Amino acid sequence: MTEVISKPATRRLPLVGLLSRVLLLRESWVGMIGAALIVFWVLLAFTAPLISPYHPNATLVPYAVPGTAAPDGGTFWLGTDHIGRDILSRVIWGTRTVLVYAPLATLSAYALGIVLGLAAGYYRGWMDEVLSRFSDLVLSFPVLVLYILIIVRFGSSGLNIILAVTFASAPGVMRIVRGLVLDIRDRDYIAAAQMRGESPWYIMFVEILPNVRGPLIVDGCLRLGYVTITIGVLGFLGLGLPPPDPDWGGMINETRSMAMAFPHMALFPCLAISSLVLGLNLLADGLREVLLDA
Amino acid sequence: MSERRATTANPLLQLDDLSIGYRIRGGIVPAVRRVSFTLEEGDSLGLVGESGCGKSTLAYAVVNYLGRAGVRLRGRVLYEGQDLAALSGEALRSLRGREIAMVDQDPVSCLNPVLPIGEQLMEVPMIHEHATVEQARERAVAMLGEVKLPNAESVMARYPHQLSGGQQQRVVIAMALMGNPRLLVMDEPTTGLDVTIEAAILELIAELRERHRMALLFISHNLGTVMRVCNRLGVMYCGELVEEGEVREVFRNPRHPYTRGLLDCLPTFDTDKNTVTLKPIPGQVPAVPSEAPGCVFAPRCQFVEEPRCTRGEIAAERVAAAAHHRARCVRQAELPHWEPAQSIREAPVTPALSPEPLLRIDGLDKSYEAAGVHWFRKGKDGGVHALNGITVSAAKGRTLAIVGESGCGKTTLARVLTGLEEASGGTIRFGDSDLARTGVNRRTKALKRAIQMVFQHPDGTLNPSHTIGFTIARTLRRLASIPAGEMKRAVENLLQKVNLPAEFSRRLPRQLSGGQKQRVAIARALAGNPELVVADEPVSSLDVSVQAAILNLLLEIQTASETTMLFISHDLAVVRFLADHICVMYLGRVMEYGTVEEVFDPPYHPYTEALLSAAPVTDPDAKRRRIVLEGSLPDPSEPPRGCPFHTRCPRKIGPLCEDTLPPEHRLPGGHRIACHIPLPELQAMEPVLTRSRAEAGD
Repeated sequence: MTEVISKPATRRLPLVGLLSRVLLLRESWVGMIGAALIVFWVLLAFTAPLISPYHPNATLVPYAVPGTAAPDGGTFWLGTDHIGRDILSRVIWGTRTVLVYAPLATLSAYALGIVLGLAAGYYRGWMDEVLSRFSDLVLSFPVLVLYILIIVRFGSSGLNIILAVTFASAPGVMRIVRGLVLDIRDRDYIAAAQMRGESPWYIMFVEILPNVRGPLIVDGCLRLGYVTITIGVLGFLGLGLPPPDPDWGGMINETRSMAMAFPHMALFPCLAISSLVLGLNLLADGLREVLLDA
Repeated sequence: MSERRATTANPLLQLDDLSIGYRIRGGIVPAVRRVSFTLEEGDSLGLVGESGCGKSTLAYAVVNYLGRAGVRLRGRVLYEGQDLAALSGEALRSLRGREIAMVDQDPVSCLNPVLPIGEQLMEVPMIHEHATVEQARERAVAMLGEVKLPNAESVMARYPHQLSGGQQQRVVIAMALMGNPRLLVMDEPTTGLDVTIEAAILELIAELRERHRMALLFISHNLGTVMRVCNRLGVMYCGELVEEGEVREVFRNPRHPYTRGLLDCLPTFDTDKNTVTLKPIPGQVPAVPSEAPGCVFAPRCQFVEEPRCTRGEIAAERVAAAAHHRARCVRQAELPHWEPAQSIREAPVTPALSPEPLLRIDGLDKSYEAAGVHWFRKGKDGGVHALNGITVSAAKGRTLAIVGESGCGKTTLARVLTGLEEASGGTIRFGDSDLARTGVNRRTKALKRAIQMVFQHPDGTLNPSHTIGFTIARTLRRLASIPAGEMKRAVENLLQKVNLPAEFSRRLPRQLSGGQKQRVAIARALAGNPELVVADEPVSSLDVSVQAAILNLLLEIQTASETTMLFISHDLAVVRFLADHICVMYLGRVMEYGTVEEVFDPPYHPYTEALLSAAPVTDPDAKRRRIVLEGSLPDPSEPPRGCPFHTRCPRKIGPLCEDTLPPEHRLPGGHRIACHIPLPELQAMEPVLTRSRAEAGD
């Protein structure tokens, strides 16, 4: 019974500590602007069915410029595209795509990168050599070519986008984790854990990993921004999600030939991508202030 | 230019009721409170105190270099009667370069890594006195000779990283002296250095001060260090200067209870654990209060008297007997005379010697390959022999101290013993097992619990992400068989054993002070009821009052459970107090081994003799033979041939020492000395430290 009481207390506290430090973000206005931008897009994604004026794939009036009155009495606030789909609705629904695939792909890159980085940094020696040389190989390859190769080879689907991003980003995560682990593995508390006979995986995940979370959270935020851009680029190259579902990158791609005459068709998806990435970058700056400099 | 100005009526440096604070988010935290003192030409004042007492802030205030956050709250700093705060930036810069010089703790951060030493030294006269390149060069070479760097010409061309720590500090001192300053401010100039190097630098500072007739403001946490270079001593506590006077006078007749407390915390060379206990100051150093009525030390003071001590402003009062001795204590005149003899123990704490040693290390070797993986290189170049034929033993319930400077292999020995490293040769008998080549992963649970370790740095010893309770419970789960239901009680018991309250189990390491962290580390080491505790400099980064408490705790635990301790240290006073046997190591070899009395009395190994002479002593009546070692520690990866100590040995006989490894003299009782000097000659040595209190007629 006492065990039950004492255990949650000892386990939970570090997380509470982390959360309370994240809440210090209030003091960084840069971080607050970033967080506001992200909350804005997340809210749009959740409420898409309620607030989007039309079905994203419904073809209504082609080539309508922003502000044109719609036949049903409404307004095409952001205009329509070449086959008459409402751009506002498509941008809103497109939020869902990017906010599902970008975090999933980033998380999966982190999962792989953390495991490899812990192993390389903790074991050092040949394990480190092999993993580091392999990551050098992946990192030295032009990322875009890598994506195209993977997706052309395995077909374009949500899962393959995640796999491609994981493959290309995990080495970068691995290097960061490895560097942090190399610093921590020589601390005395690691020696103390070894002396009481803890297994290497216990030491890596329980003794080391919690102490590298600060830099990882900041980096994760930035990397989420890159992945957002990547997913946009893949959509632009026609390697994103299969049409007709809305995808910001895909929307730019489909309308780019008309960009001179009808700039609004590509402009608004572009603004959407930049504002989300900007939000993530600002949030990362804010987190860096409160998590790393404190 | 080198002509000294005629002395004016004003003292060289005068601090007048100075208070300094630091601006932080949402207010100002005070760091120094109402400090006043004067420093005349040729005077040397040592400021001592524990961490956080404001001594470094004071040093920077003297050169008016507090950074943007520093605020002067009241009072003045007068240099020859001139208020430093009133000076323009240009005047201040010129003053700092020519009149006042500062030497910092860390020489690395004072030297520009991309410029040769010579250029950095020549800058000073070229900028401040518009000297020509030739003049500046000449003076730089002369100054390097003056700080006793051999080969001044070649040092001029070298870069900072090509010098050892001791040499770098000499260069920094030379740079400070280049402008021919009248006031030298030194902030812990020897703290990062080994004891023999420190002794040589202190000797140098004392000598240069005499020769250049400089005033010196010397800041240190070590009372013994101050005694070597200063004629006056100031004791700081909590931002205040609580006592100030002639150094011997203060040590002989300390009037402020805090000064007495500090002295009572220090182990001395004529006491040991069987005769005295150390008396730590109760409580912790508080934050410097902005406005507190009464005495800042009152909450921890054993002489406190309500309401006199807790009300009003406490001023520094002259001590009746001495001309320049002031103490900030209302009761200073009525306190009893202080006696260095601390409370005497009734019974010795050392248990009877068991015939069979618990730990027997025989011919232990450890060598490291050069770091990194070499794909294309074979053979063993660049390896380091960290341990070479170490033979020592430790009896049950006794303390074996390993003494030596950096690079002597003491930490490697600890790591091999605890299984963090495997030895390359030799044996370690512990009970029925040989530990030499048994890494921790191949040790049985019983062996793991039997040998545990306490580490040096309080900040690295506990995982910052885990609560104290989690760390201790996890260790108990691994090393002791405790049923899940009793875990909470077991954790609390262990915390109680190290005198920490049970609610600490919910705290994170950053909520603890250094001493408290070290207590938790001791509790963790005790979790499995170990037979052998390896303590690697467990008190060397703690303040003296905390150090005394931790030493008492270690002793208490050792006496209660007959634990054997391997105590690694460079502080000979601590070792003298705590140890039963001592092993003196140098560059991976045992130089001398014996009981405390055998090692601290002649015959000595020449290295032990030098270490003893280098040790800081606070006893004003102690006489010591001065032995200053020349040169710096050799690179452990390229140890000298023959006797490893021959490059610095003041008693070197000749080529024999350079070519042949010295034999071991074995004296009756187990005392061993590895030296070429014949035994009778060693036995004829004078003791390094002698007390002459009786002769001093005190």
